[in-house]
Amino acid sequence: MEEDHELTEELAPALEQEEAADPFTLGGETFTSRLILGTGGLPSLEVLERVVRASGTQLVTVALRRVEAAAGSAMLEVLDRCGVRLLPNTAGCQTAREAVLTAKLSREAFGTDWVKLEVIGDDRTLLPDAVELLDAAEQLVADGFTVLAYTTDDPILGRRLADVGCAAVMPLGAPIGSGLGIRNPYNIALLREEVSVPVVLDAGIGTASDAALAMELGCDAVLLASAVTRAREPVQMALAMRQAVEGGRLARGAGRIPRRWLAEASTSMQGLPEL
Amino acid sequence: MTISLTVNGSPVELADGTTVAALVEQRTSGHDRVAVARNGDVVPRSSWATTELAPGDRLEVLAPTAGG
Repeated sequence: MEEDHELTEELAPALEQEEAADPFTLGGETFTSRLILGTGGLPSLEVLERVVRASGTQLVTVALRRVEAAAGSAMLEVLDRCGVRLLPNTAGCQTAREAVLTAKLSREAFGTDWVKLEVIGDDRTLLPDAVELLDAAEQLVADGFTVLAYTTDDPILGRRLADVGCAAVMPLGAPIGSGLGIRNPYNIALLREEVSVPVVLDAGIGTASDAALAMELGCDAVLLASAVTRAREPVQMALAMRQAVEGGRLARGAGRIPRRWLAEASTSMQGLPEL
Repeated sequence: MTISLTVNGSPVELADGTTVAALVEQRTSGHDRVAVARNGDVVPRSSWATTELAPGDRLEVLAPTAGG
């Protein structure tokens, strides 16, 4: 843990510089970090603070629950101290009505009109319910919310969400918490082409290479929670994710080589000796 | 005089005339960012002090927690 802390301190300045050179705009705000972090599942507030700092994130998701079951002020003090912006979610909502009400309650509690809109179809898969999602998105946009919509990887639904005014479309790579990575890279790339608002890969990330792939496919940012919070070493994984997002972003900009069926030598055949 | 209502899923008896503000005070020591829903609608903070609870009300008193 102490080593992770030292590594974070050592790498942070270079990573910050790299990130600052390539900011992006989400909901009218400019961010340099392209990693959005979920806070659920960490063992302590001390680890939360280290994870947030190691990740370099500027935007973290939070939730509302009955006060008896909620973490409350101590958690928010940590997040305030880290200087991150809060993104309340509507996790657990299964209808547009529930999600809209939860967003309004979050606006009261957190004083922000930003919302990560989640409307799920069932508890087994936690997959988005497209019909309820689009309905809720439309209502919330009309009510002045900045809506970041958690959605399936369907490019057409993504386009519909952007059309009703969502500030970002956030397709899943795989079900929440599954760690299965990006099951349909083709759809993610297609969705990226379909909409002009930011695309944030949300859910399914298992390890650093998944986050890098999301960025290589053209996503503007990655949102993840479990991959870090449930890792054996969350702080180390947070640092890995930060570098993966940055690496994937750079690779996207650099332009990957086309895939070829057969080999193409990089060492010239000219002057090859006859031995 | 007391009234019967439901707070966070549990039946409770409260003094007649109890306001949302009083209920929040009672339930949320140490929580400053709280939201209240009453019968499926938001009760804005600005009207907590003037909103009296009624028999049969369903209240949800919510606070921040970790989430993904």
